[in-house]
Amino acid sequence: MTVHDLEQNNPNALEARNMSVYYGSFRAVKNVNLAIEKNRITALIGPSGCGKSTVLRSFNRMNDLVPSARVEGEVLFHGENIYAPGVDPVNVRRRIGMVFQKPNPFPKSIYENVAYGPRVNGWRLSKREMDELVERSLRGAALWDEVKDKLNQNGLSLSGGQQQRLCIARALAIEPEVILMDEPCSALDPISTLKIEELMFELRRNYTIVIVTHNMQQASRASDYTAFFLMDSDRAGQLIEYGPTAQIFQNPKDERTEQYISGRFG
Amino acid sequence: MSTQERLRDDAKEAAELITSIADTVDRGSGNLKWRHFKGTILSVIGWASIIFGLGVLAILIIDVINRATGIFTGGQNWLTWDFFNNFDSRFAQRAGAKAAIVGTLYTISLTILFAFPLGVAAAIYLEEYANDNWFTRLVEINISNLAAVPSIIYGLLGLQVFARWLMLDRSIITGALTLALLVVPIIIVASRESIRAVPLSLRQASYALGATRWQTTWYVVLPQAIGGILTGSILAVSRAIGEAAPLITIGALTFVPFLPRNLFDIFTVLPIQIFNWTSRPQDDFRALAAAGIVVLLAILLTINALAIYLRIRYQKRY
Repeated sequence: MTVHDLEQNNPNALEARNMSVYYGSFRAVKNVNLAIEKNRITALIGPSGCGKSTVLRSFNRMNDLVPSARVEGEVLFHGENIYAPGVDPVNVRRRIGMVFQKPNPFPKSIYENVAYGPRVNGWRLSKREMDELVERSLRGAALWDEVKDKLNQNGLSLSGGQQQRLCIARALAIEPEVILMDEPCSALDPISTLKIEELMFELRRNYTIVIVTHNMQQASRASDYTAFFLMDSDRAGQLIEYGPTAQIFQNPKDERTEQYISGRFG
Repeated sequence: MSTQERLRDDAKEAAELITSIADTVDRGSGNLKWRHFKGTILSVIGWASIIFGLGVLAILIIDVINRATGIFTGGQNWLTWDFFNNFDSRFAQRAGAKAAIVGTLYTISLTILFAFPLGVAAAIYLEEYANDNWFTRLVEINISNLAAVPSIIYGLLGLQVFARWLMLDRSIITGALTLALLVVPIIIVASRESIRAVPLSLRQASYALGATRWQTTWYVVLPQAIGGILTGSILAVSRAIGEAAPLITIGALTFVPFLPRNLFDIFTVLPIQIFNWTSRPQDDFRALAAAGIVVLLAILLTINALAIYLRIRYQKRY
């Protein structure tokens, strides 16, 4: 078997092994072991401060931008630890995209928002190729029909839900393998939220999605796997339970999971 | 208790509740007239302050224009073509500000050339690259202090470093470098402010797309901050245009009857020329000084207008 075959057979897109995250001397997340399956939607849930966003941001080294942050343990991506010395975080982020809590389009045109990623990554595309890529990305984010006549308008002129889909299109343009979503719907109205959730189901065919959400209904209806995090007595977040979403919500093994999803705390 | 009594009790309770709610509402908006009155007082004070500030400025400008041109009270118009085309002279009727105007334009262009890239680069480093440690903090504190140092101190520094050590003598380049020293701290402070005002979420968006730090700074942060950077820088340069003290210190001349041949030539600038004319005994020279002030103000206003134009242009460019 070649390395390539192994890679093909590996069902996991990402795998955290014994991962702990520190901010200065404070341990925010401890000993997380979590395997994210390819082409599935994995939801990270838990009460505020349980470290789920920190875990998400560790998956594409966004925590590197926080000066005091430090990650111990391993995060495997294609069998390689993305925290190994010599790994360029820029390259990691190119392949593992991210969508943020608040829509954050650049104050540039819709077209330029989508073209930004390919441009900074030095893709040499002709005008026609770039046009196609922009259209494909916007279609992928279910936004094309709404914006095709105003690609030169400022991205900020769109509605909140459209802005978030623009951010998804922007992430799709650099053709990542994994898309991390940090509470992507928390600033959106229910209809926009529904659109994003439908979009996630579409994207699942070609991408692996990890989503942090505060919304338990969202986790239960829109994800394949659910990971439940909780703050320990030393205020470090830890993974309590992880499994297929149906099992977590209908038949949790851990008592704390059961209490949380039934709304008794959090 | 009979049903009637219970009903009566209920009614009483309801009435009390309504009264108490009404009381609360009254307490909540008590002193409303007095509060509005305080607002009125404040707005009157604010209005008066603006009128005072603008009034003084208006009187200054009208007086200076009147002295320079005699437009309101009659008298000789000194703001003629000769004023722009003649060099300084012992005779007021023949004196002009050609050397000073050209000297000012040369000096300030060079100052911008030196100070703007230096100041913006330093601000970018401090905001986007530097780690937060004792050294950075030391640099930050000292930059803020430098912005408050009296300009004549920079003159002394320029005299020693540029004029003597670097042997640039009393040249335009010495003057421009000295003024650059003066404005760089202000440019750094203003640029840092506007760089810091760029939302972190935009930087994160850029990084998450695989942009490097430099790309994020160049394509996302700077386009957003450039308006504020330009405004701050132009205001700083405006200050430099009006400076006479540091240039007198480095030995810029007051009497220059020729145009500078190159950047290493001796020179004078408008503030020095104005200073020189006001200190002459003849009244005519004071009118010439007024004409010089009008020209200086015109240059300042032009540069400020340029700042506003650039700001609007870059704000719209997305």
